Amino acid sequence: MDRRKSIKALVVGTVSAGVVLEACKDDKKAPETNVAATGGDKQFTLDRQPIEVERYKELTSKTFFTDHEMATITILGDIIIPKDEVSGSASEAKVPDFIEFIVKDMPQHQTPMRGGLRWLDMQCLKRFEKSFKDCSKEQQMEIVNEIAWPKKAKPEMAAGVGFFNLMRNLTSTGFYTSEIGVKDLGYMGNRPNQWNGVPDDVLKQYGLAYSERELKECISFDKA
Amino acid sequence: MGELQIKKQPKQYDAVIVGSGAGGGMAAYVLAKSGLKVCLIEAGPMYDPAKNVTQLKNPWESPRRGASTKFRPFGDFDACYWGWEIDGEPYTKKDDTKWDWWRARMLGGRTNHWGRISLRFGPKDFKRKSIDGLGDDWPIGYEDIKPYYDKVDRLVGIFGSVEGLENEPDGVFLPPPKPRLHELMIKKGAATAGVTVIPSRLSILTKKINDERGSCFFCSQCGRGCTVYADFSSSSVLINPAIATGNVDVIPNAMAREVLVNREGLATGVSYISKDDMMEYQVTGRTVILAASACESSRLLLNSKSQRHQNGLANNSNVVGKYLHDSTGAALGGVLPHLFGRKRYNEDGVGGMHIYSPWWLDNKKLDFARGYHIEYWGGMGQPAYGFGMGMENLNGKYVVNGKQKEAGGYGSSLKEDIRYFYGAGVGMAGRGEALALESNYCEIDPNMVDKFGIPVLRFHVKWTDHEIKQARHMKETFKEIMHNMGAVITWGGDDGPDNDYGLESPGKIIHEAGTVRMGSDPKRSALNKWSQAHDCKNLFCVDGGQFVSQADKNITWTILALSMRASEYIIDEMKKNNL
Repeated sequence: MDRRKSIKALVVGTVSAGVVLEACKDDKKAPETNVAATGGDKQFTLDRQPIEVERYKELTSKTFFTDHEMATITILGDIIIPKDEVSGSASEAKVPDFIEFIVKDMPQHQTPMRGGLRWLDMQCLKRFEKSFKDCSKEQQMEIVNEIAWPKKAKPEMAAGVGFFNLMRNLTSTGFYTSEIGVKDLGYMGNRPNQWNGVPDDVLKQYGLAYSERELKECISFDKA
Repeated sequence: MGELQIKKQPKQYDAVIVGSGAGGGMAAYVLAKSGLKVCLIEAGPMYDPAKNVTQLKNPWESPRRGASTKFRPFGDFDACYWGWEIDGEPYTKKDDTKWDWWRARMLGGRTNHWGRISLRFGPKDFKRKSIDGLGDDWPIGYEDIKPYYDKVDRLVGIFGSVEGLENEPDGVFLPPPKPRLHELMIKKGAATAGVTVIPSRLSILTKKINDERGSCFFCSQCGRGCTVYADFSSSSVLINPAIATGNVDVIPNAMAREVLVNREGLATGVSYISKDDMMEYQVTGRTVILAASACESSRLLLNSKSQRHQNGLANNSNVVGKYLHDSTGAALGGVLPHLFGRKRYNEDGVGGMHIYSPWWLDNKKLDFARGYHIEYWGGMGQPAYGFGMGMENLNGKYVVNGKQKEAGGYGSSLKEDIRYFYGAGVGMAGRGEALALESNYCEIDPNMVDKFGIPVLRFHVKWTDHEIKQARHMKETFKEIMHNMGAVITWGGDDGPDNDYGLESPGKIIHEAGTVRMGSDPKRSALNKWSQAHDCKNLFCVDGGQFVSQADKNITWTILALSMRASEYIIDEMKKNNL
């Protein structure tokens, strides 16, 4: 049963109210009521309080990172999450835009990010007489390899390790909460479903089984 | 500001209810269904989970990917408006004590926020003083409230299993969902530790119970509100049907200032400020029912001083604001290495745990007074802000797909690690009963008002050794369960006496109760056993304020039952012309 059909079956089978059809239809299209709830701002597919819309507009009216910084973030992001056989890269998933937004939303990240980017540039300037973004791929990887492995990094690189940890964290979380990243991960929820318990092959894999009482008393659905 | 005036609403109501959460919603429902005219005042805006939708959204639909803000402290998709801090509505603390105060500002109040955990108090929970000599007994027993629990079960809907446990009374249950994979593992690990595990009891409809509400479609997102009303929230289950009777006027964005009284000291209505136009209003009623939350209701009473009630309304006993208590909480979590690289399938299930552990021991054999239950979580949830962080603390410790790696890193190898560890997390938290003490209280701060000019609350709450020792016991139990499951603890395992064993600061579990407590003795309680003020017979309090003690059970189900009971009493008393 494909997803659309299963939604229809669930809705038709269990609920009569019109709002339900609205709520369960293709979740990429926001119900109109949502737009009303956000003061007519189509930016949002989520229910927002007016003060949240204001906050969003205030944050997005400002730019935090310079073009130079954004270029550096983009290069680092794609080193951390490159395109591979499973999925695309951080920049393809618009992770740099996410990082620009999140540092404005969470000001505690601003100084570590700005200072870390400058630290990286200064290291490169001393060593290669260029900023990080203008270094060759080999030069970039040389410096990255000195800050990407916390346990084996030299003590004098500790500031860079801290920055790279933050950059790795923001890039990973930005990527795996994007459409490309969620698909990569194989998360299969966030859709109407009928929970019938752990699939049989998985139970078998872990040597587990439901008790007779669970099978008898718990809710179950006909397997389609 | 122009001429300051007080606008008096001309309509005379049978009841003016302050607050639209579990207590206020139930009172509005019962009274309106019986034909009484109700005015429901709510400090936040209107809200309907079918219209104000955050359910079935993807993480990228939030620019912060579901991270929290002060507007939504439990994350950008959470249904609840506001929480720990509200702009312009401060509160203070005394003598370096701690209290975190959660305030929802929306129709339905905190019922838009909670985990739908719906536990009945048991026979012992009403009579704790008789058992251990601490605190006080309730003026009612389980037999008084049982019929109302039964009615709430049928009206609202709850799943669970019949277990026959003495102090965990069974209800009228819908079938529970089957345990998830990690929950099956928890069951085994807990059984080895001698810890009882049974199906959870949540107010979620695994089967349809009427034509107004749908049944659960297992998206695990109850915290976002349900568009088909398949879980309990006050707006969808109680207030909407109450409004449909034509007997309820809801006044949103109305912050109650005072309960008004006449010369005889009886309540005549409520004065409030409208957040929409900043004008002052009064609304009058035959009865006034407070359901603004334990602390807000006590604040309202303490701020309602008059000739007849100089110590605040319903406060001849001087107990209003006192006996404030929250559930205890401590948690711990980690990873299940045998779940690394697990097969993907949709395991969202219902919103929350499918199993839990009710209190299984006898406190007579322990060094603390009261019990706790255990809540569990884990599995393949929807990724949100924070997901994928901290890989440098994880990926050097385990063999990933046959390879031992260096901690940290980047590239395809990092992507492989994140995929490999996904869905292997597991955690557990205790929720326990704290003692309700006179020395733990909220009072009016003489030095501060909120932006509406209403004097604010000042808190003074301290844990005792009973709660701290209970937290220690929680942590020991959790470690044993984790060990038995083969889990590795990654957080919460190092707590000790220095930080009270990870015991959360009071208020954090969002189960405030006790500040307007009921009792048989008017000198030691604010309300009688019908939730009715000893000193003002047409004033009632039907929220967590009336609790004498709160067991280790989330208090919503008992608020619903007590509010239904008080509302039926009001109807009876009105028929007898006693009100």
